[in-house]
Amino acid sequence: MGPASAFHAFRRLGRLRPTGEPVWVRWILIAVALAFLALFLVVPLVLVFVEAFSKGIGLYFHTLADPLTLSAIKLTLIAAGISVPLNCIFGVAAAWAIAKFDFPGKNILTTLIDLPFAVSPVIGGMIYVLVFGAQGWFGPWLIGHNIRIIFAVPGIVLATTFVTFPFVARELIPLMQSQGRSEEEAARTLGARGWQTFWRVTLPNIKWGLLYGVILCNARAMGEFGAVSVVSGHIRGVTDTMPLHIQALYDDYNSAGAFAVASVLTFLALVTIALKAWVERKGAALAETREKISA
Amino acid sequence: MATSQTGVKKFRVLPGFKLTLGFTLFYLGLIVLIPLAATFSKTASLTWAHFWQVVASPAALAAYRLSFGVSLLAALVNAVFGLIVAWVLVRYQFWGKRLMDALVDLPFALPTAVAGITLAALYSEHGWIGRWFGSTDAAGQFHGIKISYTWLGIFVALTFIGLPFIVRTLQPVLEDLDVDVEEAAATLGANRFKTFFRVILPMIFPALLTGFALAFARALGEYGSVVFISSNIPLKSQIVPVLIMTKLEQFDYAGATALAVVMLVISFLLLLAINVLQWWSTRHRERI
Repeated sequence: MGPASAFHAFRRLGRLRPTGEPVWVRWILIAVALAFLALFLVVPLVLVFVEAFSKGIGLYFHTLADPLTLSAIKLTLIAAGISVPLNCIFGVAAAWAIAKFDFPGKNILTTLIDLPFAVSPVIGGMIYVLVFGAQGWFGPWLIGHNIRIIFAVPGIVLATTFVTFPFVARELIPLMQSQGRSEEEAARTLGARGWQTFWRVTLPNIKWGLLYGVILCNARAMGEFGAVSVVSGHIRGVTDTMPLHIQALYDDYNSAGAFAVASVLTFLALVTIALKAWVERKGAALAETREKISA
Repeated sequence: MATSQTGVKKFRVLPGFKLTLGFTLFYLGLIVLIPLAATFSKTASLTWAHFWQVVASPAALAAYRLSFGVSLLAALVNAVFGLIVAWVLVRYQFWGKRLMDALVDLPFALPTAVAGITLAALYSEHGWIGRWFGSTDAAGQFHGIKISYTWLGIFVALTFIGLPFIVRTLQPVLEDLDVDVEEAAATLGANRFKTFFRVILPMIFPALLTGFALAFARALGEYGSVVFISSNIPLKSQIVPVLIMTKLEQFDYAGATALAVVMLVISFLLLLAINVLQWWSTRHRERI
């Protein structure tokens, strides 16, 4: 380490600070930031739990144990349980093709994968109504064969898959691009088979990025409202997911019940961001180790 | 590796190209492209006059105005406060910093329906925050500024959901910022204020704009949180996604599709703009 980089290291620690704001400016900026975050994030979080228990702990557990709530929880788990693994496999496949090979139209493909993020969830649900609904492309055929997709569980799974489509792919593509293909090529040269290369070389390198994508994908899958709302048909106990059940309770003026179900999803959101922060640290540590090895 | 332009067949050391690309295209087509094409083909079955009648109706025009106006305002507020939050999280040390940093992601992780009912309760006349904006008289009548069930409520919801975009786009850029440039500015006699506006802000501007565009795009399409906090009255407080939903509930698929196409075209343009911005942002950083 030369004297110049030592100087930089010191300055990063904040011991030498030729550039910095006066203390009072710092305090004002910190206060403004904290006030903004408290107003928009902390207060709503507290309110969810206060409202959930506002009619007593008895009603809270009564709502959660209600058959309609349980069926909503089950449907949410089914929708996430199908859409997350599908999008996970897709994400790995897309990232492998895009990061490890050169082909024309790569940038267009990457942009197309991001499309569902740019589309309003309401439109994300609507497109399936236009394909599978009674007046849609396959509507008459589906009715003829007595298959229900819209206003039934398959539609909810499809809509959930659409809105969570890019999560894993967009996490893995840049990660695998930055890692290059030399390690896999070395493994192949040394005689590893294709799948062996993937399981032993690629997967350990991308595991934190993959987990990160899966966590975000799952959170969105369980919380999606707009897209699912279009294709659900709101048949209670049959096509209501947890977010839709919250709406049903809320519209019945059962505010405490709505917040009770909401508190479960809020708890899930808190677990999600805690996991996300943990995975981010793990991923950063792995990237650092890789850099050190290659340097 | 040999290039295909010379006509030499590529030899690939790594396997699975055809399998993974094939599956990627198949799945993308099945889930995203074919259903989206259905929307455009449905619109093609409308006559031009009918299409125009729907997308330029007074209700639609009012919805565009509200959607664009409030989304823009929310993204602007987020740009200002998001910059402050990102700056504070990157540059300063304070108690609870890691917790706050993690909490910034809450709007990403919290289901929009939960956000909707929570914000509606918070900002209602009797809510924890809403009650401070007016007073309730003996007859139970509220005097003051109503937030929930007015456009201000929509603004609050869209600000909430857009919050992480600016912070998360700015943070890595601020971390990479070279302090040497700030030192140079200080050495040349610029005060901190001037350094920020003349040196730092121009460097982070592309990233700020990208975050702004992301927050704006997300706000335009938002449905879940807004539907609870808005009164959803046609011509007054109905944003475009709510208007589309109303048409779908009335089985007016032609009308809903026409509006959806307008929104899709706008979304595609925004996506394109964001990609260009991100490209500009990375190049800008590399050049500096």
